[in-house]
Amino acid sequence: MTSLRLLATSLAITTAMSSAAMAQTTLTMWYHGAGNEVESNIVNQIISDFNASQSDWAVEMQSFPQAAYNDSVVAGALAGNLPDILDVDGPVMPNWAWSGYMQPLQIDEAKIANYLPGTKGVWNDQLYSIGLWDAAISLVTRKSYLDELGLRVPTLEQPWTGEEFMDALAKAKASGKFDYALDLGTAWTGEWYPYAFSPFLQSFGGDIVDRSTYTTAEGVLNGDAAVEFGNWWQGLFNDGYAQATQDPADRDNGFNSGKYAFSWNGNWAALGTLDAYDDVLFLPAPDFGNGPKIGAASWQFGVSAASEHPEGASAFIEFALQDKYLAEFSNGIGLIPATASAAAMTENYKEGGPLAVFFELSEAQALVRPVTPGYVVAAKVFEKALADIANGADVQDTLDSAVDEIDADIAKNDNYGF
Amino acid sequence: MASKFTRSNSTGWMMAGPAAALMALFIVLPFIFAIGLSFTNQRLISPNPTQFVGLSNYSQLLGVGLLTLEPERDDAGAIVREADGSPAYPALRGYTRNNEDYPQLDGMREWFSVSLGDSRTYVLARDVVFMKAVVNTVIFVLVVAPVQGGLALVLALLINQRLRGINVFRAIYFMPVVVSIVVVSLLWRFIYDGQSGLLNNLLGALTFGAFPRIDWLGNPSTALGAIIAMSIWQAVGFHMVIWLSGLQTISPSLYEAAAIEGASKWQTFRYVTWPGLRNTAVLVLIVITMQAFALFAQIDVMTSGGPLDSTQTIVFQAVERGYGKQDISGGSTISVILFVFVLAISLLQRWLTREKK
Repeated sequence: MTSLRLLATSLAITTAMSSAAMAQTTLTMWYHGAGNEVESNIVNQIISDFNASQSDWAVEMQSFPQAAYNDSVVAGALAGNLPDILDVDGPVMPNWAWSGYMQPLQIDEAKIANYLPGTKGVWNDQLYSIGLWDAAISLVTRKSYLDELGLRVPTLEQPWTGEEFMDALAKAKASGKFDYALDLGTAWTGEWYPYAFSPFLQSFGGDIVDRSTYTTAEGVLNGDAAVEFGNWWQGLFNDGYAQATQDPADRDNGFNSGKYAFSWNGNWAALGTLDAYDDVLFLPAPDFGNGPKIGAASWQFGVSAASEHPEGASAFIEFALQDKYLAEFSNGIGLIPATASAAAMTENYKEGGPLAVFFELSEAQALVRPVTPGYVVAAKVFEKALADIANGADVQDTLDSAVDEIDADIAKNDNYGF
Repeated sequence: MASKFTRSNSTGWMMAGPAAALMALFIVLPFIFAIGLSFTNQRLISPNPTQFVGLSNYSQLLGVGLLTLEPERDDAGAIVREADGSPAYPALRGYTRNNEDYPQLDGMREWFSVSLGDSRTYVLARDVVFMKAVVNTVIFVLVVAPVQGGLALVLALLINQRLRGINVFRAIYFMPVVVSIVVVSLLWRFIYDGQSGLLNNLLGALTFGAFPRIDWLGNPSTALGAIIAMSIWQAVGFHMVIWLSGLQTISPSLYEAAAIEGASKWQTFRYVTWPGLRNTAVLVLIVITMQAFALFAQIDVMTSGGPLDSTQTIVFQAVERGYGKQDISGGSTISVILFVFVLAISLLQRWLTREKK
């Protein structure tokens, strides 16, 4: 008798649960963070909080490895099979928006008024994506190294000039204490190159494409400033300050094990460095004449054009924009919270926190990569040009042919609508 | 007119049917699309309509030009010399960029140059990277086909013996074939590592540290060789098995006869084994050649075509353009060129290895 009642009760409960689920419309979401447990846990937490907070929508997530994510989205779009909610790398967003993969977000702009500029994905005057965090790069070193080499500590107000930076590298090399003076992270390929290194070019006065028209790279990627940048870049490798090909293990651990005096690395690696040393300094980018610059914009959330429920997808994204989630991401994987109020809630980014400097760097120096659908191709061309120059190719010829390739691509796409 | 194909043979067609249908759907049809797309400006993703552009994709890839330059002379008419004593020539970009007198050279780059007396002749290409990819692929095929085929034959002869535990050796030689090429490439990246790679450590230990550490994949002069060596090692077991099957079709009575005649080991190989392997040899050669032309995964994982384009290959360029740079028409054009290339070489091989009657 008891077992029968138990069965009946559990049946009733199951039915009640499934009918509750039936009332919710399922929204699918793709995310790039497969393989990162901490990240997955946070995203899953947001999803279950959201699903429990209202009865209209139920979000389901599918994770992809980051390296395969963009290809998966493109393939999904060609097959007419996109999810409702996408995450998208900031500089790639214009390409997807222009191609009709994404639709503008239905989010009140007032909600994101105090967000860091790099987290807002705006294309054609419309908001397509919004990031819960930003990423920033700094020149990582130790106070003890600077003292030993007799170098001043650069500040946001007074960063190193190009000469001071080169002087620092020369002294680090001359000290003989390090395998290489500078760890640029050449072991990382792909988007790392334009993200991390095009700000140097911009600080020299050049750029990947001409931002006044977005229809050519002539003059900005092969002009005098760019050639000066190229010679400087080649010199880093010719003079033995950095490696053109790097062991990935050295990228992950080289600075923390004392192989390099300086490391050009992002805030996501900062927690590990803080564990390794107690006198770590995160320095602003050097100024090569046109102001110190670092890259802006990281992964962001958006709604796919294929979504039949953009209001639900937008509601989820708006839900995820709460300060507590921003803070959780930051605490979990060291990213820069998108708002100052969320930063105040975090261990590392609150005032006086060990990583607070990244928030200031992001505010003060960050420059988004060219906001054009053509960026996807230009970034690849730029990466190859830098790798070739690092390996000894002629600077002017390499930059000229990079310009030709970018211009040919822009022409082939009817100027990408500009 | 009754041929084998038109004669009623329903069982044969039913057996070939599924495979033929799948091949038509996934190989022949896409390839016909590729031929069509190579005459358009099709993009991977774009809201713009596709347009017919004729042969411009082909001329963009295959365009070459010649330019002969005289050395620069100073006011007295003497040749200006570089620091190393070679004559100085005017910069090429003055001719290939925005020069109205040389419209046919616009956008071209130096592929290679030849010095004749004082003047220097530049061979320019519209797409130098593609040209280098073609050259690298041909070098790869020319080295891999004979070396891999020969090595596989030696291994097959070694393991085609009645020895205790011979199956262990067969398994060892065949093992790399079973492992995915991507995994093998990742592992070999560690072996070739410039700092603490296995190969450097090994060479260092063998020469008591006299051998300098080489960044095998990061050095333009060693990168392609490193990939060739690794590719030969990886697939040699596959061809070894084909040779082995060929060896085992040779009748033992021929060997007995040779032994009775008092033939030496070499004579046995030359007059019994090798003639018996003729068809196998044709198969192995053609298969290796076609596989070698398709070189992609090793490049994608290990070098991405670098450093300085020393490991660019045709298929890698096709994928890089079609998918990476979203230029489907460019990728299709490369595929069509590769197809014509491989077809021509296969026909040539068939003609060279034909039955001579």
